[in-house]
Amino acid sequence: MWPMNLIQTLEQEEAARVLVGKKIPSFDPGDTLRVNVKIKEGERERVQAYEGVCIARSGGGLNANFTVRKISFGEGVERVFPLYSPSIDSIDVVRRGKVRRAKLYYLRDRRGKSARIVERSGGARNEGIDGGEAPAPEETAAE
Amino acid sequence: MRTGVIARKMGMMRLFAEDGAHVPVTVLSLDGCTVVGQRTAEKDGYTSVVLGAGAPKVKRMNKAERGQFAKVNVEPKSKVVEFRVDSADLLPPVGAEITADHFVVGQKIDIAGTSIGKGFAGAMKRWNFGGLRATHGVSVSHRSHGSTGQRQDPGKVFKGKKMAGHLGDERVSTQNLEVVRIDAARGLIFVKGSVPGSKNGWVEVRDAAKVKRPDAAPTPAAFKEPAVA
Repeated sequence: MWPMNLIQTLEQEEAARVLVGKKIPSFDPGDTLRVNVKIKEGERERVQAYEGVCIARSGGGLNANFTVRKISFGEGVERVFPLYSPSIDSIDVVRRGKVRRAKLYYLRDRRGKSARIVERSGGARNEGIDGGEAPAPEETAAE
Repeated sequence: MRTGVIARKMGMMRLFAEDGAHVPVTVLSLDGCTVVGQRTAEKDGYTSVVLGAGAPKVKRMNKAERGQFAKVNVEPKSKVVEFRVDSADLLPPVGAEITADHFVVGQKIDIAGTSIGKGFAGAMKRWNFGGLRATHGVSVSHRSHGSTGQRQDPGKVFKGKKMAGHLGDERVSTQNLEVVRIDAARGLIFVKGSVPGSKNGWVEVRDAAKVKRPDAAPTPAAFKEPAVA
Protein backbone atom coordinates (compact mmCIF):
# COMPACT_ATOMS: atom_id res chain seq x y z
CA MET A 1 0.00 0.00 0.00
CA TRP A 2 1.33 3.40 -1.00
CA PRO A 3 1.73 6.38 1.30
CA MET A 4 -0.89 9.12 1.10
CA ASN A 5 1.59 11.54 -0.42
CA LEU A 6 2.89 9.44 -3.31
CA ILE A 7 2.11 12.17 -5.85
CA GLN A 8 3.94 14.80 -3.78
CA THR A 9 6.94 12.47 -3.50
CA LEU A 10 6.95 11.91 -7.23
CA GLU A 11 6.65 15.64 -7.87
CA GLN A 12 9.64 16.32 -5.65
CA GLU A 13 11.64 13.69 -7.51
CA GLU A 14 10.63 15.19 -10.85
CA ALA A 15 11.62 18.67 -9.63
CA ALA A 16 15.00 17.34 -8.52
CA ARG A 17 15.46 15.59 -11.87
CA VAL A 18 14.64 18.71 -13.89
CA LEU A 19 16.85 20.90 -11.73
CA VAL A 20 20.01 18.84 -11.89
CA GLY A 21 22.96 21.11 -12.62
CA LYS A 22 20.82 24.23 -12.30
CA LYS A 23 20.09 26.71 -9.55
CA ILE A 24 16.97 28.79 -9.07
CA PRO A 25 17.96 31.97 -7.25
CA SER A 26 15.91 33.48 -4.48
CA PHE A 27 13.57 36.12 -5.90
CA ASP A 28 10.30 37.77 -4.99
CA PRO A 29 7.67 39.87 -6.73
CA GLY A 30 9.12 43.32 -7.39
CA ASP A 31 12.54 41.99 -8.33
CA THR A 32 13.86 42.63 -11.81
CA LEU A 33 14.88 39.35 -13.44
CA ARG A 34 16.75 38.31 -16.51
CA VAL A 35 15.37 34.96 -17.61
CA ASN A 36 17.59 33.15 -20.06
CA VAL A 37 15.25 31.09 -22.21
CA LYS A 38 16.38 28.28 -24.47
CA ILE A 39 14.98 28.71 -27.96
CA LYS A 40 15.16 26.00 -30.57
CA GLU A 41 15.60 27.15 -34.16
CA GLY A 42 15.55 24.10 -36.36
CA GLU A 43 18.49 22.07 -35.17
CA ARG A 44 20.26 24.89 -33.40
CA GLU A 45 19.52 25.87 -29.83
CA ARG A 46 20.29 29.34 -28.50
CA VAL A 47 19.60 31.30 -25.34
CA GLN A 48 17.52 34.46 -25.38
CA ALA A 49 17.27 36.79 -22.41
CA TYR A 50 13.93 38.10 -21.28
CA GLU A 51 14.31 40.90 -18.76
CA GLY A 52 11.52 42.47 -16.74
CA VAL A 53 9.87 42.80 -13.36
CA CYS A 54 8.56 39.73 -11.60
CA ILE A 55 4.97 40.72 -10.78
CA ALA A 56 3.71 37.43 -9.34
CA ARG A 57 4.72 34.02 -8.17
CA SER A 58 2.04 31.38 -8.22
CA GLY A 59 1.57 27.70 -7.66
CA GLY A 60 3.55 25.47 -5.41
CA GLY A 61 5.98 22.62 -5.71
CA LEU A 62 6.50 21.32 -9.23
CA ASN A 63 3.63 23.47 -10.49
CA ALA A 64 5.16 26.79 -9.42
CA ASN A 65 5.13 29.63 -11.97
CA PHE A 66 6.31 33.21 -12.04
CA THR A 67 5.14 36.10 -14.18
CA VAL A 68 7.60 38.59 -15.67
CA ARG A 69 6.34 41.88 -17.09
CA LYS A 70 8.27 44.21 -19.33
CA ILE A 71 7.52 47.07 -21.68
CA SER A 72 8.53 46.07 -25.18
CA PHE A 73 8.37 48.81 -27.86
CA GLY A 74 5.83 50.69 -25.79
CA GLU A 75 3.62 47.67 -25.33
CA GLY A 76 3.34 45.82 -22.03
CA VAL A 77 4.31 42.14 -22.32
CA GLU A 78 3.80 39.55 -19.62
CA ARG A 79 5.23 36.10 -19.78
CA VAL A 80 4.45 33.27 -17.39
CA PHE A 81 7.29 30.82 -16.86
CA PRO A 82 6.99 27.49 -15.10
CA LEU A 83 9.66 27.64 -12.41
CA TYR A 84 10.90 24.14 -13.23
CA SER A 85 10.68 24.43 -17.00
CA PRO A 86 13.65 22.77 -18.73
CA SER A 87 13.49 25.52 -21.34
CA ILE A 88 14.74 28.03 -18.76
CA ASP A 89 18.51 28.06 -18.96
CA SER A 90 19.06 30.28 -15.94
CA ILE A 91 17.51 33.14 -13.98
CA ASP A 92 19.52 36.20 -12.91
CA VAL A 93 18.27 38.66 -10.33
CA VAL A 94 19.21 42.08 -11.72
CA ARG A 95 17.73 44.26 -8.98
CA ARG A 96 15.71 43.69 -5.85
CA GLY A 97 12.57 45.78 -5.44
CA LYS A 98 10.74 46.99 -2.37
CA VAL A 99 7.05 46.23 -2.68
CA ARG A 100 4.17 45.66 -0.25
CA ARG A 101 2.12 43.23 -2.31
CA ALA A 102 2.55 39.65 -3.41
CA LYS A 103 0.87 40.31 -6.77
CA LEU A 104 1.87 43.52 -8.54
CA TYR A 105 -1.03 43.55 -10.99
CA TYR A 106 -1.47 47.29 -10.37
CA LEU A 107 1.57 47.84 -12.55
CA ARG A 108 -0.58 46.96 -15.56
CA ASP A 109 -2.45 50.23 -15.21
CA ARG A 110 0.65 52.33 -14.78
CA ARG A 111 3.24 53.67 -17.15
CA GLY A 112 6.55 55.44 -16.74
CA LYS A 113 7.35 57.12 -13.48
CA SER A 114 4.45 55.69 -11.48
CA ALA A 115 5.40 52.15 -12.53
CA ARG A 116 8.79 52.39 -10.86
CA ILE A 117 9.68 50.15 -7.96
CA VAL A 118 12.02 51.38 -5.23
CA GLU A 119 15.14 49.30 -4.84
CA ARG A 120 15.35 47.20 -1.74
CA SER A 121 18.54 46.96 0.17
CA GLY A 122 19.39 43.72 1.88
CA GLY A 123 19.95 40.39 0.28
CA ALA A 124 17.90 37.36 -0.56
CA ARG A 125 14.81 36.63 1.52
CA ASN A 126 15.15 32.87 1.15
CA GLU A 127 17.60 30.27 0.07
CA GLY A 128 16.62 29.67 -3.51
CA ILE A 129 16.65 26.14 -4.82
CA ASP A 130 19.88 24.40 -5.71
CA GLY A 131 19.63 21.53 -8.13
CA GLY A 132 23.09 20.29 -7.20
CA GLU A 133 25.89 19.32 -9.49
CA ALA A 134 25.17 17.68 -12.77
CA PRO A 135 25.77 13.94 -12.34
CA ALA A 136 27.91 11.78 -14.54
CA PRO A 137 26.40 11.44 -18.03
CA GLU A 138 25.49 7.75 -17.67
CA GLU A 139 23.12 8.60 -14.84
CA THR A 140 21.08 10.89 -17.05
CA ALA A 141 21.15 8.33 -19.82
CA ALA A 142 19.51 5.79 -17.52
CA GLU A 143 16.49 8.04 -17.02
CA MET B 1 -3.54 -10.98 -26.92
CA ARG B 2 -1.53 -11.19 -23.71
CA THR B 3 -2.71 -10.45 -20.22
CA GLY B 4 -3.29 -6.95 -18.91
CA VAL B 5 -2.83 -5.78 -15.32
CA ILE B 6 -4.97 -4.42 -12.52
CA ALA B 7 -3.77 -1.05 -11.29
CA ARG B 8 -4.81 1.55 -8.80
CA LYS B 9 -5.15 5.15 -9.95
CA MET B 10 -2.93 7.23 -7.66
CA GLY B 11 -3.56 10.69 -9.10
CA MET B 12 -2.28 13.04 -11.74
CA MET B 13 0.88 15.09 -11.99
CA ARG B 14 3.07 16.74 -14.59
CA LEU B 15 6.30 15.65 -16.14
CA PHE B 16 8.66 17.85 -18.13
CA ALA B 17 10.00 16.69 -21.46
CA GLU B 18 13.55 17.63 -22.39
CA ASP B 19 12.34 20.26 -24.87
CA GLY B 20 10.40 22.03 -22.13
CA ALA B 21 7.00 20.55 -23.01
CA HIS B 22 4.69 19.64 -20.16
CA VAL B 23 3.33 16.13 -20.17
CA PRO B 24 0.23 15.63 -18.03
CA VAL B 25 0.33 12.11 -16.64
CA THR B 26 -1.80 9.82 -14.52
CA VAL B 27 0.13 7.67 -12.08
CA LEU B 28 -1.01 4.05 -11.81
CA SER B 29 0.26 1.69 -9.14
CA LEU B 30 0.26 -2.07 -9.58
CA ASP B 31 -0.11 -2.66 -5.85
CA GLY B 32 0.78 -6.36 -5.71
CA CYS B 33 -0.88 -7.48 -8.93
CA THR B 34 -0.55 -11.28 -8.75
CA VAL B 35 -1.78 -14.22 -10.80
CA VAL B 36 -4.35 -16.01 -8.63
CA GLY B 37 -5.65 -18.46 -11.19
CA GLN B 38 -5.80 -19.72 -14.74
CA ARG B 39 -8.70 -20.67 -16.96
CA THR B 40 -7.79 -23.25 -19.55
CA ALA B 41 -9.55 -24.42 -22.69
CA GLU B 42 -9.69 -28.06 -21.44
CA LYS B 43 -11.30 -27.27 -18.13
CA ASP B 44 -13.21 -24.05 -18.68
CA GLY B 45 -13.60 -23.82 -22.46
CA TYR B 46 -11.63 -20.60 -22.73
CA THR B 47 -8.18 -19.31 -21.80
CA SER B 48 -7.65 -16.47 -19.39
CA VAL B 49 -5.51 -15.24 -16.53
CA VAL B 50 -7.11 -14.42 -13.18
CA LEU B 51 -5.30 -11.52 -11.55
CA GLY B 52 -5.73 -10.14 -8.07
CA ALA B 53 -4.47 -6.90 -6.59
CA GLY B 54 -4.63 -4.92 -3.37
CA ALA B 55 -4.22 -6.09 0.21
CA PRO B 56 -7.55 -6.39 2.05
CA LYS B 57 -7.94 -7.03 5.76
CA VAL B 58 -8.16 -10.80 5.88
CA LYS B 59 -10.59 -10.75 8.81
CA ARG B 60 -13.11 -8.95 6.63
CA MET B 61 -13.12 -11.67 3.97
CA ASN B 62 -15.48 -14.58 4.26
CA LYS B 63 -14.27 -18.13 4.52
CA ALA B 64 -15.14 -18.95 0.92
CA GLU B 65 -13.05 -16.05 -0.41
CA ARG B 66 -10.16 -16.93 1.86
CA GLY B 67 -10.37 -20.52 0.67
CA GLN B 68 -10.03 -19.45 -2.96
CA PHE B 69 -6.70 -17.78 -2.22
CA ALA B 70 -5.51 -20.49 0.17
CA LYS B 71 -6.03 -23.08 -2.58
CA VAL B 72 -3.50 -21.37 -4.85
CA ASN B 73 -1.30 -20.27 -1.93
CA VAL B 74 -1.53 -16.54 -2.70
CA GLU B 75 -2.09 -13.64 -0.29
CA PRO B 76 -5.76 -12.57 -0.39
CA LYS B 77 -6.50 -9.80 -2.89
CA SER B 78 -9.21 -7.18 -2.77
CA LYS B 79 -9.79 -6.88 -6.53
CA VAL B 80 -9.92 -9.87 -8.84
CA VAL B 81 -10.23 -9.58 -12.63
CA GLU B 82 -9.96 -12.09 -15.47
CA PHE B 83 -7.97 -11.19 -18.56
CA ARG B 84 -8.60 -13.24 -21.71
CA VAL B 85 -5.46 -14.40 -23.51
CA ASP B 86 -5.12 -16.06 -26.92
CA SER B 87 -3.44 -19.31 -26.00
CA ALA B 88 -2.15 -21.39 -23.11
CA ASP B 89 1.47 -20.36 -23.70
CA LEU B 90 0.49 -16.80 -22.75
CA LEU B 91 -0.49 -17.87 -19.23
CA PRO B 92 1.94 -16.68 -16.53
CA PRO B 93 2.30 -19.11 -13.63
CA VAL B 94 -0.02 -18.91 -10.63
CA GLY B 95 1.55 -16.85 -7.86
CA ALA B 96 3.64 -14.71 -10.19
CA GLU B 97 3.60 -11.03 -9.36
CA ILE B 98 3.23 -8.90 -12.49
CA THR B 99 5.69 -6.01 -12.60
CA ALA B 100 5.33 -2.58 -14.19
CA ASP B 101 7.81 -3.33 -16.98
CA HIS B 102 5.06 -5.50 -18.43
CA PHE B 103 4.51 -2.40 -20.57
CA VAL B 104 7.21 -0.48 -22.41
CA VAL B 105 7.67 3.28 -22.67
CA GLY B 106 5.96 4.68 -25.74
CA GLN B 107 3.49 1.82 -25.94
CA LYS B 108 -0.21 2.51 -26.45
CA ILE B 109 -2.56 0.99 -23.89
CA ASP B 110 -6.29 0.82 -23.22
CA ILE B 111 -7.53 1.56 -19.71
CA ALA B 112 -10.95 0.63 -18.32
CA GLY B 113 -12.30 1.90 -15.04
CA THR B 114 -15.46 2.99 -13.28
CA SER B 115 -16.16 6.64 -13.98
CA ILE B 116 -16.90 9.11 -11.20
CA GLY B 117 -20.61 9.06 -10.37
CA LYS B 118 -22.46 12.29 -11.11
CA GLY B 119 -25.86 11.27 -9.74
CA PHE B 120 -29.08 12.26 -11.52
CA ALA B 121 -27.95 14.67 -14.22
CA GLY B 122 -29.97 16.79 -16.63
CA ALA B 123 -29.88 16.44 -20.40
CA MET B 124 -27.44 19.33 -20.81
CA LYS B 125 -24.79 17.76 -18.63
CA ARG B 126 -25.49 14.17 -19.55
CA TRP B 127 -25.89 14.45 -23.33
CA ASN B 128 -24.44 17.91 -24.06
CA PHE B 129 -27.85 19.24 -25.12
CA GLY B 130 -28.03 22.97 -25.73
CA GLY B 131 -30.92 23.73 -23.42
CA LEU B 132 -33.53 26.38 -24.14
CA ARG B 133 -33.02 30.09 -24.74
CA ALA B 134 -32.27 32.54 -22.00
CA THR B 135 -34.98 34.98 -23.15
CA HIS B 136 -37.75 35.14 -25.80
CA GLY B 137 -40.45 33.93 -23.46
CA VAL B 138 -38.70 30.92 -21.97
CA SER B 139 -39.61 30.60 -18.32
CA VAL B 140 -38.28 28.22 -15.67
CA SER B 141 -37.11 25.60 -18.22
CA HIS B 142 -33.80 27.05 -19.44
CA ARG B 143 -31.94 23.79 -18.94
CA SER B 144 -34.65 21.39 -20.12
CA HIS B 145 -34.23 19.00 -23.05
CA GLY B 146 -37.08 20.34 -25.22
CA SER B 147 -39.19 18.13 -27.41
CA THR B 148 -39.08 14.35 -27.01
CA GLY B 149 -41.00 13.26 -30.09
CA GLN B 150 -43.41 13.98 -32.93
CA ARG B 151 -47.27 14.16 -33.00
CA GLN B 152 -50.20 11.80 -32.61
CA ASP B 153 -48.35 9.58 -35.08
CA PRO B 154 -46.19 7.95 -33.68
CA GLY B 155 -47.70 9.18 -30.42
CA LYS B 156 -44.96 7.82 -28.22
CA VAL B 157 -41.42 8.56 -27.18
CA PHE B 158 -38.97 6.30 -29.00
CA LYS B 159 -36.88 4.01 -26.88
CA GLY B 160 -33.36 5.21 -26.24
CA LYS B 161 -34.40 8.88 -26.29
CA LYS B 162 -31.66 10.85 -24.57
CA MET B 163 -33.11 12.29 -21.40
CA ALA B 164 -32.06 13.21 -17.89
CA GLY B 165 -30.97 10.34 -15.69
CA HIS B 166 -28.08 8.75 -13.90
CA LEU B 167 -24.66 9.83 -15.14
CA GLY B 168 -21.32 8.32 -14.35
CA ASP B 169 -20.42 5.38 -12.09
CA GLU B 170 -20.30 3.08 -15.12
CA ARG B 171 -17.53 1.21 -16.86
CA VAL B 172 -15.60 3.47 -19.20
CA SER B 173 -12.68 2.52 -21.43
CA THR B 174 -10.17 4.98 -22.80
CA GLN B 175 -8.18 3.75 -25.77
CA ASN B 176 -4.67 4.44 -27.04
CA LEU B 177 -3.16 6.16 -24.01
CA GLU B 178 0.60 6.45 -24.16
CA VAL B 179 2.97 5.05 -21.55
CA VAL B 180 5.37 7.87 -20.72
CA ARG B 181 7.47 6.34 -17.98
CA ILE B 182 7.80 3.06 -16.10
CA ASP B 183 9.04 2.73 -12.53
CA ALA B 184 9.39 -1.01 -12.13
CA ALA B 185 11.02 -0.79 -8.70
CA ARG B 186 7.94 0.83 -7.21
CA GLY B 187 5.44 -0.69 -9.61
CA LEU B 188 4.33 2.59 -11.17
CA ILE B 189 3.09 3.29 -14.68
CA PHE B 190 2.93 6.91 -15.90
CA VAL B 191 0.24 7.28 -18.55
CA LYS B 192 -0.16 10.40 -20.66
CA GLY B 193 -3.52 12.05 -20.13
CA SER B 194 -6.45 11.21 -17.92
CA VAL B 195 -7.84 7.84 -16.93
CA PRO B 196 -11.46 7.00 -16.03
CA GLY B 197 -12.38 6.89 -12.37
CA SER B 198 -11.49 8.52 -9.12
CA LYS B 199 -8.22 8.48 -7.21
CA ASN B 200 -7.63 5.14 -5.50
CA GLY B 201 -10.02 3.54 -7.98
CA TRP B 202 -9.17 0.24 -9.68
CA VAL B 203 -8.50 0.27 -13.41
CA GLU B 204 -7.76 -2.49 -15.92
CA VAL B 205 -4.77 -1.82 -18.15
CA ARG B 206 -4.40 -3.72 -21.42
CA ASP B 207 -2.33 -3.52 -24.59
CA ALA B 208 -4.09 -1.24 -27.06
CA ALA B 209 -6.57 -3.19 -29.17
CA LYS B 210 -6.13 -0.96 -32.21
CA VAL B 211 -2.35 -0.46 -32.18
CA LYS B 212 0.21 -3.22 -32.69
CA ARG B 213 1.92 -4.28 -29.49
CA PRO B 214 5.64 -3.38 -29.59
CA ASP B 215 8.00 -6.32 -29.90
CA ALA B 216 9.86 -5.19 -26.78
CA ALA B 217 6.82 -5.93 -24.60
CA PRO B 218 7.51 -9.17 -22.74
CA THR B 219 5.39 -12.28 -23.28
CA PRO B 220 3.58 -13.91 -21.57
CA ALA B 221 4.15 -11.16 -18.99
CA ALA B 222 6.82 -9.39 -16.98
CA PHE B 223 6.65 -10.95 -13.54
CA LYS B 224 8.55 -11.97 -10.47
CA GLU B 225 8.69 -15.74 -10.05
CA PRO B 226 6.37 -17.08 -7.34
CA ALA B 227 8.08 -17.90 -4.07
CA VAL B 228 8.36 -21.67 -3.87
CA ALA B 229 6.27 -22.77 -0.90
